[in-house]
Amino acid sequence: MLSYIAKRLAMAIPTLLIVITASFFLMRVAPGGPFDGERQLPPEIEANLMAAYHLDEPLPMQYLRYMGNLLQGDFGPSFKYKDFSVTDLIAQGFPVSLELGGLAIALALLLGIPMGVMAALKRNTTVDYLLMGTALGGIAVPNFVIAPLMALFFGVMLGWLPVGGWNGGALPNLVLPVVALAIQQIAYIARMMRASMIEVLGSHFIRTARAKGLNERQVIWRHALRPAMLPVLSYLGPAIAGIITGSVVIEQIFGLPGIGRYFVQGALNRDYTLVMGTVVFYGILIVLMNLIVDLLYSLFDPQIRYDD
Amino acid sequence: MPSIRPLVSAIALASSLIAASPALADTLRVAIMGEPASLDPHQVSGVWENDVVGDLFEGLVTEDAHVQRIPGVAESWDISDDGRTYTFHLRQDAKWSDGEPLTAEDFVFSWRRLLDPNTAANYAYLLYPIKGAEAINKGEADVDTLGVRAIDAHTLEVTLTHATPYFLDQLSHYTAYPLPEHVLKEYGRDWIRQGHLVSNGAFKLDQWRSQNRIEASKNEYFHDADNVSLDEIIYYPIEDRNAALNRFRGGEVDIAREFPTQQYQWLKDNLPDETHVAPYLGIYYMALNSREGHPTSDVRVREALNLATRRDVISNNILKIGTIPAWSIVPEGINDYELQEMPGHDMSADERMARAKELLADAGYGPNKPLNLVATYNTDDDHRKVMVALAAMWKPLGINLDLRNAEVAVHYQNMRQGDFDIGRAGWIGDYNDPQNFLSLFETGVPNNYGAYSNAEFDQLMDQAAGTLDMTQRAHVMESAEHVMLADFGALPLYYYVSRNLVSTHLNGWEDNIEDIHRSRWISIEK
Repeated sequence: MLSYIAKRLAMAIPTLLIVITASFFLMRVAPGGPFDGERQLPPEIEANLMAAYHLDEPLPMQYLRYMGNLLQGDFGPSFKYKDFSVTDLIAQGFPVSLELGGLAIALALLLGIPMGVMAALKRNTTVDYLLMGTALGGIAVPNFVIAPLMALFFGVMLGWLPVGGWNGGALPNLVLPVVALAIQQIAYIARMMRASMIEVLGSHFIRTARAKGLNERQVIWRHALRPAMLPVLSYLGPAIAGIITGSVVIEQIFGLPGIGRYFVQGALNRDYTLVMGTVVFYGILIVLMNLIVDLLYSLFDPQIRYDD
Repeated sequence: MPSIRPLVSAIALASSLIAASPALADTLRVAIMGEPASLDPHQVSGVWENDVVGDLFEGLVTEDAHVQRIPGVAESWDISDDGRTYTFHLRQDAKWSDGEPLTAEDFVFSWRRLLDPNTAANYAYLLYPIKGAEAINKGEADVDTLGVRAIDAHTLEVTLTHATPYFLDQLSHYTAYPLPEHVLKEYGRDWIRQGHLVSNGAFKLDQWRSQNRIEASKNEYFHDADNVSLDEIIYYPIEDRNAALNRFRGGEVDIAREFPTQQYQWLKDNLPDETHVAPYLGIYYMALNSREGHPTSDVRVREALNLATRRDVISNNILKIGTIPAWSIVPEGINDYELQEMPGHDMSADERMARAKELLADAGYGPNKPLNLVATYNTDDDHRKVMVALAAMWKPLGINLDLRNAEVAVHYQNMRQGDFDIGRAGWIGDYNDPQNFLSLFETGVPNNYGAYSNAEFDQLMDQAAGTLDMTQRAHVMESAEHVMLADFGALPLYYYVSRNLVSTHLNGWEDNIEDIHRSRWISIEK
């Protein structure tokens, strides 16, 4: 198991290297630079700025400088947010994104799995149609539509919840963004859970379990649930990626200080170091998450073993 | 079945993080338009930073609620007869927020820093009127050669290259704020961190959580602290205008700087007392490419485009946000300046259209040779509406617009490279002076996107720069603008308006042409 983890981590290094190199050069290929804006700077001032950020050096030199700094854990200064280094910005923003994303995933699992199971057990009844109809709605309506509507309804009209802001992560401020972020995932998980539950319930070992005279509750809880959850588990990787990209929008709409918005703003501002910082950080995060999901697999499916 | 315990505890943990927000007696909550790039006045170049930095710092000259220039750190000043030497007398009681005295040396120090090429300050050029400034910023001279001198702790002498009538106005700009030399010497670049930052304005920084909130509280050492009513200000950086509007409606902020244009009608109907729309020191225009090879280098084409544009329709029927149709570059309401207007502005729409047709025919365009123009704009709903409207208005003349949009950075790069016929542009005045607008059309200046060039215009602008008498100077610039307008050097569309939402329980808010609102003038009605 340990050597498997070590092998996977070693394999992650070339992946990350490709991600970093590709984003570094793609970012520079994009037209427009960090100091292009509505008003053009006098040439001498632009020259001063370029020199201050080493942008006047040849590109390969800049790349080597960046990689050298990165190896020492230094993401460099942000071009736009001049009072902070990229490391500062990520360190300040990540706990927010983590709390938001973690709660959204938790909520998606907590609601999605029971909804799917329920729909599978009551297949082709009103309950099933109602649950799956709702889920379809959740998939069809994107979160950038749902989120402002929820803010308008619960925040402005009813005044039950704050319209936005972080407020140190207070529960009332979390409700709307977490729900908005989770809705799509709840829907996916519910549909996936329903499909796989139906498949498992029709399999031979369930028939055997029933033939042994186990009651329905035992059949479901002890025999069906675990194998039925495998597809959901493998979906967690993409789900986390979905939550991360979703948080880019949600953080913007609710004005939350996470790192998702740095992604967009960094790219629009041509804040090279900030974009690179978030790319590298997310890259590492996704590689790690995929590894964790794969390891969890062995817990759920006895056929999967990560032997040496 | 995995245990759900970790999930439950995660939720419990999250809910235990509920933090009570401090509720001080008089706290102003402001939604600013974005995250400040910095709080260091030398590193800032945006509009919203001004809201925060301008509350934290104060220059030699400052603004009242109506943005009239009033004494700031300087109590009074003398100007030499040739207009080149300014002697400022600083307040004896001027202090930093840590209680240290603020002296003339602090100004010398910070202006040298601003112009030092290593500081890489975007706005350093605003102080180029000072003797030696430009050479220093170009790295050609030492910072000691700057024409600024502390005669004693409370007297500052500034020497200019040539008389600059708008110099006092510029001194209220954030670039010219003093910085605390003692703090910068101690912390270097980190002087701006919370806990280190010391300022001299009506408020001092308490906390800055990036992308979240900036908290400032009243500075007891401020010279006019007795008349500052607010105890605390919280600035929320909110880029999304709709989110800012929702938070205003939800009562979470007292002021929202700028609201979404599409909501104007709704706001006028539902929140008439809170909705503030006022003329703003800015012009929305189309740059017309005068470079050789572009159809728009022909003055007849430029005149035809200008005549065939129904500015009233764009302002009143398409944008509907109270913008004022513009036939000039310098907005109305600028100090000492009389509004100029383009030839043809007083003709009827039909007359203008007929004349435009003649002009285009004269320039060789007609049914057999349609005029194809590339029109570029930065991606934005309102810009798109304007462009589509222009295309429709010009269609009857046989003009085909090829609309191309790009994000801001790309759009302006294309403009600089001259890669367009018609390009959307806007200019917000840095200070209340016509020169700031007209210099956009001087030969070879960086922001002259259309590469407009006219020797007579340049000569008049030079003449204005050397004219000391403000009224006379204004007349010279009026003539300069007249020349440019007669040349149809651009296609002005409308003068900007400022759009603010201001809670009715605030006193002291005054709409003004520069849209500058210092919080020291604001109070909360009990």
